[in-house]
Amino acid sequence: MPNCRTVVPFSGTPEQEQKLREVIARYKGTQGPLMPILHEAQDIYGYLPEEVQATISEELDIPLAEIYGVSTFYSRFSLNPKGEVKVSVCLGTACYVKGAADVLAEVEAQLGCKAGSVTSDGKFSIDADRCVGACGLAPIMIVNGDVYGHMTVDRVAGILDSYRGEVE
Amino acid sequence: MSENMINLKIDGVSVEVPAGSTVLQAALAAGVRIPTLCYMKDANELGSCRICVVEIKGGRGLAAACVYPAADGMEVFTNTEKVRASRRQTLELILSNHRMECPTCERNGDCELRRLAADMGIDSIRYEVEDLEPQLDESAPHLVRDNSKCILCRRCVAVCRKNQQVGVISAADRGFATHIESAFGRGLGEVSCVYCGQCVAACPTGALTLKRSIDAVRAAIDDPSKHVVVVPAPAVRVGLGDRFGMPVGESVQGKMVAALRRLGFDKVFDVDWAADVTIMEEGTELVGRIKAGEKMPMFTSCCPGWIKYMEHYHADMLDNLSSCRSPQQMMGGLVKTYYAEREGIAPEDIVVVSIMPCTAKKFEVSREEQRLENGCMPVDYSLTTRELSDMIAGAGIMFGLLPDEAFDPVLGDSTGAAVIFGASGGVMEAALRTAAVVLAGDDADVPLVFEDVRGMEGVKEAEYEVGGVKLRTCTVSGLANAEKVIRAMEAGEAAYDFIEVMACPGGCVNGAGQPMHSPFERMMTDVKGERAAGLYALDDSMPRRRSHENPEVKALYAEYLGEPCGHKAHHILHTEYVPRDTYNV
Repeated sequence: MPNCRTVVPFSGTPEQEQKLREVIARYKGTQGPLMPILHEAQDIYGYLPEEVQATISEELDIPLAEIYGVSTFYSRFSLNPKGEVKVSVCLGTACYVKGAADVLAEVEAQLGCKAGSVTSDGKFSIDADRCVGACGLAPIMIVNGDVYGHMTVDRVAGILDSYRGEVE
Repeated sequence: MSENMINLKIDGVSVEVPAGSTVLQAALAAGVRIPTLCYMKDANELGSCRICVVEIKGGRGLAAACVYPAADGMEVFTNTEKVRASRRQTLELILSNHRMECPTCERNGDCELRRLAADMGIDSIRYEVEDLEPQLDESAPHLVRDNSKCILCRRCVAVCRKNQQVGVISAADRGFATHIESAFGRGLGEVSCVYCGQCVAACPTGALTLKRSIDAVRAAIDDPSKHVVVVPAPAVRVGLGDRFGMPVGESVQGKMVAALRRLGFDKVFDVDWAADVTIMEEGTELVGRIKAGEKMPMFTSCCPGWIKYMEHYHADMLDNLSSCRSPQQMMGGLVKTYYAEREGIAPEDIVVVSIMPCTAKKFEVSREEQRLENGCMPVDYSLTTRELSDMIAGAGIMFGLLPDEAFDPVLGDSTGAAVIFGASGGVMEAALRTAAVVLAGDDADVPLVFEDVRGMEGVKEAEYEVGGVKLRTCTVSGLANAEKVIRAMEAGEAAYDFIEVMACPGGCVNGAGQPMHSPFERMMTDVKGERAAGLYALDDSMPRRRSHENPEVKALYAEYLGEPCGHKAHHILHTEYVPRDTYNV
């Protein structure tokens, strides 16, 4: 579920805002300016916080609710930045039938935040991936690039704990 | 055959319709009603719910009649087994993901989904029905959203964005997770919603329902220590009858008064009386501003949805709003001061209940800046016309059999100028009637009727010369139209002296608190136009048609207030406005 409120405080820089305004100026007045602006804003900030969406809303005269609707529709956009530790669980067909949804639920329970979101200290983020192409290892969890195959719910806590040291 | 007409066959019946018609419209011309759900004429034409599908000869698959263009020579079949099976499957799927608690749902009497299931003969659902929990947003003062009953037709989103240009709700997420909400999951009470309630009026199910105050009002009536005064708004008397099978737009004023007495209210006064007071104040204010050349143009301030819109979106123009409180608030204020003092009743023992066609009034009664100097809020509870109709039905009162009764005196008499407040253009016309006399010095050769400000169009411009003063007027309903007018003014493309704005398209007669009508009923009957016509007929029938001729209003000023816009009036009848943020409310 990508739809969660942004949980970390906004920390955009003046340089990022200047870039954003340049992007908006470039697309303003063209047909369908919202999608390309959101794409570039996602690249500039790494996510689409409310402050950024509000700026786009004011500049384009499109209600914030509508922009929010677009930003939650596409999985390319995120309302939260990635954490220092990026956890993802593959929800491709093979992983799914082997119980990936339970693994994801356990990750969410352990970290106290939902897929598509980040812990309020900004340390762990969770993503639900599409098929990563290693179905023989299903179900798969990936943490900061390390692949954990044949995942079970029981292993989740231990694996996550082993990364806590990296971010303390 | 005329050049702009096309011929086609609907279920074997030949019809001629204007080019550009949809299959749905062509079918109506052939006397066939194709069922619809997401379709709302002009506002929501998406073809997304797939209930209106039809077969078209030579076409691939089924077509959505609400958006499919009719063409010359086309043959359409609306009632084949293929069509019926598809519609049935679609409706069953919708129902399988809809929290059904029909007997206890506020919309059980007028739910479009329920009606559709009955019309289509749905007697079972082949799919596993989701066991849904309520998904409530109760943060707004006027409505409750329960997304477990939402069928994602997006009619609410469309009216909020297109008709009202507010756009505080949208579809979020995708697939099964799709739901309607405000940006970043905020509640409706935490965003720049103006509380007009047009989304509720657009909802086909119980996903959007009014917050109700019936129990509190009944408790007040039952409390012997309370003196409970009820005050219905102009538009209520031409809406209430819908619930009881009267023709749309017919005035039921006399029966309404009788019903209110039978419900146990101690006094039945009329907001029309306060509308006449409003004209005394607003007319005086307008003449004063024109003479001083200050804070022009002046906007009317009767509509709480419009006021909140200005506070959120045009806070730099708040000085241009008339400082007059709305008739509802003037009414309550004068009941708890003038009437209370006159009758020797402690104002804190008086409970004022307004009956309104409006949902924003539920918010207006809570506005702290309107608290009276005696510590009381002017109005305690604001009920909608629908709530009143439920109270009447719930009490077993056979409305159609009631005699016609009159309002109680002192705050009950009114003029024709007041009753038209309920239609777009009514406040403007009422103000012009009195301003013309005031500016001319007498009423000889002064016009009574100002035809150009009447009608259901969203923007009506008219110029009048009254008492040697040229007045450029603009009468607007629907907030998207108001936004257009404001932008034209800001761009220097338009200039006016006096502007009436009502948030709901057509004015209060079309308020979201009035009895519901489905989009289909609204295609067949001009609901708001008929209700407005009902008000103008009442105006025609009145012995006095200018607010300043109201004897009870004259008495109010002579005995209590002194001058319009004077010191005392300022405290009871005028107010100020609060700039509000657009995003972080």
